[in-house]
Amino acid sequence: MSRWGQKDLLGLEYLTGEQIEHILLTADSFKEVSTRGVKKVPALRGKTVVNLFYEPSTRTRISFEIAAKRLSADVINIETETSSIRKGETLIDTGLNIQALKADIIVVRHNASGAAAMLARRVDISVINAGDGWHEHPTQALLDIFTIRQRLGRIQGLNISIVGDIAHSRVARSNIWGLTKLGARVTVCAPKMLIPPGIEKMGVRITDKIDNAIQEADAINVLRMQFERDKTTAFPKQLEYFKNFAVTEERLKRAKKDIIVMHPGPINRGIEISSEVADGCRSVILEQVTNGIAVRMAVLFLAWQGRRGL
Amino acid sequence: MSIIIKQGLVVDPSQGLRAIKDVLIENGKIVRIADCIIPGTSQAINAKGLVVMPGLVDMHAHLREPGREDKETIETATMAALAGGITSVLAMPNTTPCIDSAQAAGLLQKRIQKSAKANVFVAGALTKNRKGHALTDIEGLCNKSVLAFTDDGSSVDDEKLLSSAFDICRKTGVLIVCHCEDTALSAGGTVNRGFISTSMGLRGISKESEYKRVERDINIAESAQARIHIAHVSCAESVDVIRQAKAKGVKVTAETCPHYLMLCEDDVRGFDTNKKMNPPLRSCDDRNSLKRAVIDGVIDIVSTDHAPHTENEKDIEFERAAFGVIGLETMLPVTLTALYGNDSTDLTKIAQICSTGPARILGLKKGTLSAGSDADVVIFDPEREWMVEKRGIVSKSKNSAFLGMRLKGKVIFTILNGAVAYQA
Ligand SMILES: [Zn+2]
Repeated sequence: MSRWGQKDLLGLEYLTGEQIEHILLTADSFKEVSTRGVKKVPALRGKTVVNLFYEPSTRTRISFEIAAKRLSADVINIETETSSIRKGETLIDTGLNIQALKADIIVVRHNASGAAAMLARRVDISVINAGDGWHEHPTQALLDIFTIRQRLGRIQGLNISIVGDIAHSRVARSNIWGLTKLGARVTVCAPKMLIPPGIEKMGVRITDKIDNAIQEADAINVLRMQFERDKTTAFPKQLEYFKNFAVTEERLKRAKKDIIVMHPGPINRGIEISSEVADGCRSVILEQVTNGIAVRMAVLFLAWQGRRGL
Repeated sequence: MSIIIKQGLVVDPSQGLRAIKDVLIENGKIVRIADCIIPGTSQAINAKGLVVMPGLVDMHAHLREPGREDKETIETATMAALAGGITSVLAMPNTTPCIDSAQAAGLLQKRIQKSAKANVFVAGALTKNRKGHALTDIEGLCNKSVLAFTDDGSSVDDEKLLSSAFDICRKTGVLIVCHCEDTALSAGGTVNRGFISTSMGLRGISKESEYKRVERDINIAESAQARIHIAHVSCAESVDVIRQAKAKGVKVTAETCPHYLMLCEDDVRGFDTNKKMNPPLRSCDDRNSLKRAVIDGVIDIVSTDHAPHTENEKDIEFERAAFGVIGLETMLPVTLTALYGNDSTDLTKIAQICSTGPARILGLKKGTLSAGSDADVVIFDPEREWMVEKRGIVSKSKNSAFLGMRLKGKVIFTILNGAVAYQA
C-alpha cells in the first residue's frame, strides 16, 4: 500500500491521490478511539506536539490539541500573545528553539502563505500546516473530504461546489487540490472579484450564479465571508451577498435530494448561510468538527512515522 | 607589462571578428590581434578551446555602498563582477544616501577610486531622494561624470516631471533608464499574477503594471524626442510595446535579466525567497518571448539587476522577504545556458548583448577589443559545466536564484586594464 511517507504536511497540492487515501484510511481507524470510554491510544506516548499559532484560531487549535492527547502525546500551546515573536524573534528561530527543546511535531498556523513550508525546510522535526495565509489548510480539507466520503460513500465522480471568498481562502485551495485528485468535479462559486486569476488551471469550473453551483451538487461547501478582511477591493455588501450567494432552504429546494451542506466554521448566520440550513438535516457541520479529530490524529501519527522513515 | 592571449576563439562584434587568433596586450591597451604573435617577454595565456571576448558590461547593478555595506560593498561587488567576467558596471543610485546631488556623486566617485576592483560608472537619481517629486540637478550631475539617470526601484509617477526630465536629457544627450511599474496595480504583490499567485495564496503582480508603464514612459520619451532605456523587461506584452516603438523609430533600448531568460514562475512554487524579485518571474510563455526578443534584437542587452540582500532579509516569510537576487557571477553562464546552443544564438550575439551592446548604450569606450582600446577581456569556456554553490559565491550576499543549479559556461580569466584580475 502506498504510504504518505513524509515528515511534513504542508498542503494537499504536494500529495498524490494515493497519499490522501492513505491518510483518510488511517483516520477511519482512529475514529473509533473517540467513542471509547477511555478515549486514548498510546500511539504518540512520550512525544511532544507544539501548537505554534501566530493567528488566533481556537477551533483548529483545540482540535489539534485533543487529537494529540488522544494519541497520548504531550501538548504545548504557543500563541502569539505569549510567544517571543512579540520580541521580534523570527519564525525560523522559534522553530529551531522548539526543536532544541526536543519536541517532535510542530503544528503551525501563520498569516503568511508559505510559512509552514519555510519552517519545514529548516527543522528536522515534523511540521503540520494548520493554515498559512491564503495558501492551504490541509487538515480542514482532509476532514471535509472525510466527511463527504462518510456521508456519500465516495469522492470519485461527485459534483462538489465551494461557495464564498475563493480568492482569500486557504480552505478552498486545499479542498480543490484534494477533491480533484480523488476524482471529484469541483465548481467554485463567488462574485467575480472573489475568483482569483488562473484558478481554472486547478481543474475547477467557475460560476457566479449560486443556483448553478447548487443544481448538480452532491455536496456544497460554504465558506465564511470575512467582510472586514480586505478593504481595498470592492467587496460586496453583506445584504447584497446574502441575497445573491447565501445558501438558503429556498435555494436548496432545487438541489439533489441527498445534498449535504458543509461549512468550515465559524459560521456567519444570515450572511453566507441561513440558520435553517446550518441547523437543518442536510447540514453536516458538526460532523465535520467531530471528524476533525480523527483526521488530525491520523496526520499527527503519520507525520511522526514519516519522520522515522516508516 | 604585456600579455599575449594565445589561440583563443576571439569574438568581437565591434569589428565583426570571430576567429582563432592571438591577442597582444601592452600597457593596459589592446595592441594587436593576429593569427600568430611571437610571445617574446610577454606573459602568455593559453586560450586554446576557450573564448576571448571584450570584458562584460553590466549596466544595472546595486552595489549597496554607501549605506548597506552589510549587503555588499564596492569592493566585494567588483570582485564578484570580475569572477563573472564583468569588467564594467553601472552602479544604481538607490543607496543611502541616494545619489541625487553633486556632493553624493563626488563622494561615491572617491569611494570607487579607493576600493573598486573593476570599472564602476555612476548612475544618478532622476528625482531627489528618488521620491518622484522634484528633479535632481541633471546637468550638474553630468559634470560629475554621471552616465545615466534613473529612479530604479521605483517609477516616476508624475508624467509632467518625467517629461521635463526627458527634455533636459535630450539636450545633454544623457540616458534615462526607466523602472516600469505602476504601483497602483502591483501593490502588495509578490509573484506573477495568475495561476501561481492563486495556488500559492499570494497577491499577484499583474503584467499590466509593467507594460502599461513601459508604454507610457516610451510615449513621454517620444514626445520629448529623447532616448529611453527600459530596465529589466519581464513579459511578452512589454516586448510588443518596445517592438512597435522601435518600428516607429523611437529611440528606445531595452534590457532583460538572465534570470528572466532561464527561470519562470513555476520555479517559485516552493516559496524559495531567492526566486522573489521585482518584476517577478513570469510565465513560461513570457520567458520564451523574451528569448526570442533577445535573439531578434528587440531586447538589446542583458543586465544583472544584481540586488544583494542579507539572510535576515531573505530567510523569512516569502511575503515579507526582500525583492531581488544577485547576478554578477552568473550573468554570462546563465545567459549562455539559456541561449547558447539551444537556439540559433551564436557567441557574437552573446558578446553583443553582454558587452558591446551595453557599452554602446552608455556611450562607453568599452565592449571592444579593437586596437588601442582598454584591455578589458574575459576568457571563458562556453562548454564547461559547474554547480552554483553558496560557498563559492564571491558576492557578500548569497541570494542567488541559481543555488544548486548546473550552469554551462565558466569564466577562466578576467583581464582588467591589461592585467589578470581574476583567474578561476
Ligand atoms: Zn528596477
